[in-house]
Amino acid sequence: MNVATLEITPNYYLVVGALLFTIGAVGLLLRRNVLVMFMCVELMLNAANLTFVTFSRALNDIGGQVIVFFTLVVAAAEVAVGLAIIVAIFRRRRGATADDVHLLRG
Amino acid sequence: MDARDLLDLVWIVPALPALGAAVLLLFGRRIGEPKAGWLATGLMALSFAWSVVMLLALRDVEPRTHTVDLFTWFPTGGLQVKFGFLADPLSITFVLFVTGVGTLIHLYSLGYMRGDENFGRFFAFMNLFCASMLILVLGSSFLVTFLGWEGVGLCSYLLVSFWFQRNSAAVAGKKAFVTTRVGDVGFMIAMFLIFDQLGSLNYSAMNAGAGKLAAGTATAISLLLFMGAVGKSAQFPLHVWLPDAMEGPTPVSALIHAATMVTAGVFLVARAHPFFEASGGSALTVVSIIGAVTALLAATVALIQVDIKRVLAYSTISQLGFMFLALGVRAYAAAIFLMVAHAFYKASLFLGAGSVIHGGADNQDIRTMGGLRRYMPYTALGFTVAWLAISGVPPLAGFWAKDEVLSRAYFAGDYGVWVIGTLAALLTAFYMTRETWLVFFGNERFLAAEADGVETEAEETAHTPGEMSLESPTVPAWVPPQPARLAHPPHESPPTMTFPIMALALLAAVGGMLSLPFKAIEFLNDWLEPVFADARQIDPTSFVAGTTLEGISVVFGLIGLFLAYRIYRRGIPTPDGDPLPAQLGVAGRWFQHAYYFDEEIANLVRGPVTRSAEWLSQVFDLRVIDGAVNGVATLVRDTGGRLRRIQTGLVRNYALGVVLGAVALLVYLAVRAG
Repeated sequence: MNVATLEITPNYYLVVGALLFTIGAVGLLLRRNVLVMFMCVELMLNAANLTFVTFSRALNDIGGQVIVFFTLVVAAAEVAVGLAIIVAIFRRRRGATADDVHLLRG
Repeated sequence: MDARDLLDLVWIVPALPALGAAVLLLFGRRIGEPKAGWLATGLMALSFAWSVVMLLALRDVEPRTHTVDLFTWFPTGGLQVKFGFLADPLSITFVLFVTGVGTLIHLYSLGYMRGDENFGRFFAFMNLFCASMLILVLGSSFLVTFLGWEGVGLCSYLLVSFWFQRNSAAVAGKKAFVTTRVGDVGFMIAMFLIFDQLGSLNYSAMNAGAGKLAAGTATAISLLLFMGAVGKSAQFPLHVWLPDAMEGPTPVSALIHAATMVTAGVFLVARAHPFFEASGGSALTVVSIIGAVTALLAATVALIQVDIKRVLAYSTISQLGFMFLALGVRAYAAAIFLMVAHAFYKASLFLGAGSVIHGGADNQDIRTMGGLRRYMPYTALGFTVAWLAISGVPPLAGFWAKDEVLSRAYFAGDYGVWVIGTLAALLTAFYMTRETWLVFFGNERFLAAEADGVETEAEETAHTPGEMSLESPTVPAWVPPQPARLAHPPHESPPTMTFPIMALALLAAVGGMLSLPFKAIEFLNDWLEPVFADARQIDPTSFVAGTTLEGISVVFGLIGLFLAYRIYRRGIPTPDGDPLPAQLGVAGRWFQHAYYFDEEIANLVRGPVTRSAEWLSQVFDLRVIDGAVNGVATLVRDTGGRLRRIQTGLVRNYALGVVLGAVALLVYLAVRAG
């Protein structure tokens, strides 16, 4: 196989991004462990980041990469708050199963 | 100074009494008894003097109309209402006689109200009343007129129930206020219609635009305005408040219920005549018929009254009927003429009656008077002149004015109206002769008989007219007061009271000069001509016919006068010995109860009105109003109860919702793009 023929087009990155996003979404819906769900959210965020960067390169527009920075900042903040909540849950109860926590049921 | 610059200052006319009212309301008690009255009287006199200046200034202006916009009253989007005054022959005529007669009545009140504990308050209200009336007639738009219209309504209430400690006075004040309010509803709806049709409430817009309205619209506006006039001017069927309004102090009866306020309806119809003309005459027919009916009905009721002021009250209603009759046959100037003449003689009569009441220990029953001319000569003289004037004896003012009205009705072809009017004129002469003779001539019946030796006080004559209480099981028809006897003969009133009586009587005697039916000297007609130039007035066709009509009306007046004279020549033998009720039979009972109007209204209120109110409170309010409120609450609660199931508290459910939403959005975008 000729290496030169294997040209990496933006579509590859987009497909990887879409796959990562889908894995994250499915994981978020199916897993019960709060920590794993949390990581799935991060996965989705980064899938979106990857897509942004891809388009930024493809369209030659720096805006996409700027947005990624914003996303990273928001994600950092989210991690700080989210992990604090998870730690609080761990302290109060034994496990970390999401379905056990439904105090806000209407 | 140019005449128009001078006319810009027309606002001073209502401002002077308004100032007086403000000062007296704030400091009336501190200013003290005689001074408060003199202040009010002086301001009215100044206002009259300024009105004369305005009259002279207006004569130098061509065309004879001048509008002053003082300020923008309320500036809202499409409705810019200017607070302005309109000086034209009509308004200046009204202003002159309101301030003139008003000044004399203020002067009279100085004597009449002496010693009243609320002396200052009385003059404050009187001044406020005059200011409102002046705003009413000077207003440059329907809205400014309405301001004055409601102002006089309020002052009427305050003054009728001035002696509010007496229940009857408080009730009469309420009745006057509520009854006139019925008419005011019509006035307001008329204003809405006018604004809808013309986009403005100014009289100038009315003069320009009324003629272009459809006849139906103009008729509706005219009849609604007339409804307001009917209430204010005490015309059938809203006349019931005026006789009871006699509960107020007598100067109030003279000022409000004879000379000024009740003429507001006449003014309104005269001012808004373009609408009535545009209605194609149908609205005018209604006006003339209502006027004629009122003139006749009130005159018959006046025949048999025994209260000196109630005779005059019904007489006022009857005379106002004549004025509307005149308006209805397009004799606008004649209506104004009659109104001015009526203001003179009726104010004189009322003030004379007040003098009699004042001098005779508050006795108001004409059956227990008689022969008073020997004890109060000046009052008797003034009253007698005014009596001859109202009876239509030539050459006094009443003759010229009433004759003018009736002959115009005849020439307009309204023979039915003419016949009714002539009949009412006959009755007018009759009841006024009866009253005059029973009060001032004939035998003396006021002294307490030796045998019974009863020391009667004013309280015994206190009565409760037209009280319409819902609780009372029977209708309290007006009960004639028990004849009261005095311990000593009555005395003449002080000069502050007799002078206005004499002055007004003099005016009543010579007031006919204002408009004699000869071409060259129709002053008032010519003066008012610019205002009514657009109206299709009908002028007398021939001099001979006019003279014949005058002869007929004089003969009818004299017949009435003579009939009453024959019955009451020697007075009546005893206070209960009035032969008239027996002679009139069944009709007499109807007259006595004023055609049972109060009773029927009371029945109406107690029956259907109360029942419908009960239905509204127990069915409509409970089921519909409360039902709507409770229904909304139930709806929200049930919806919430169903929707709360969605909130499971499970994070993964929410996440599923978010994902499904995102997918749905994507699908939608994909479909739309594709």
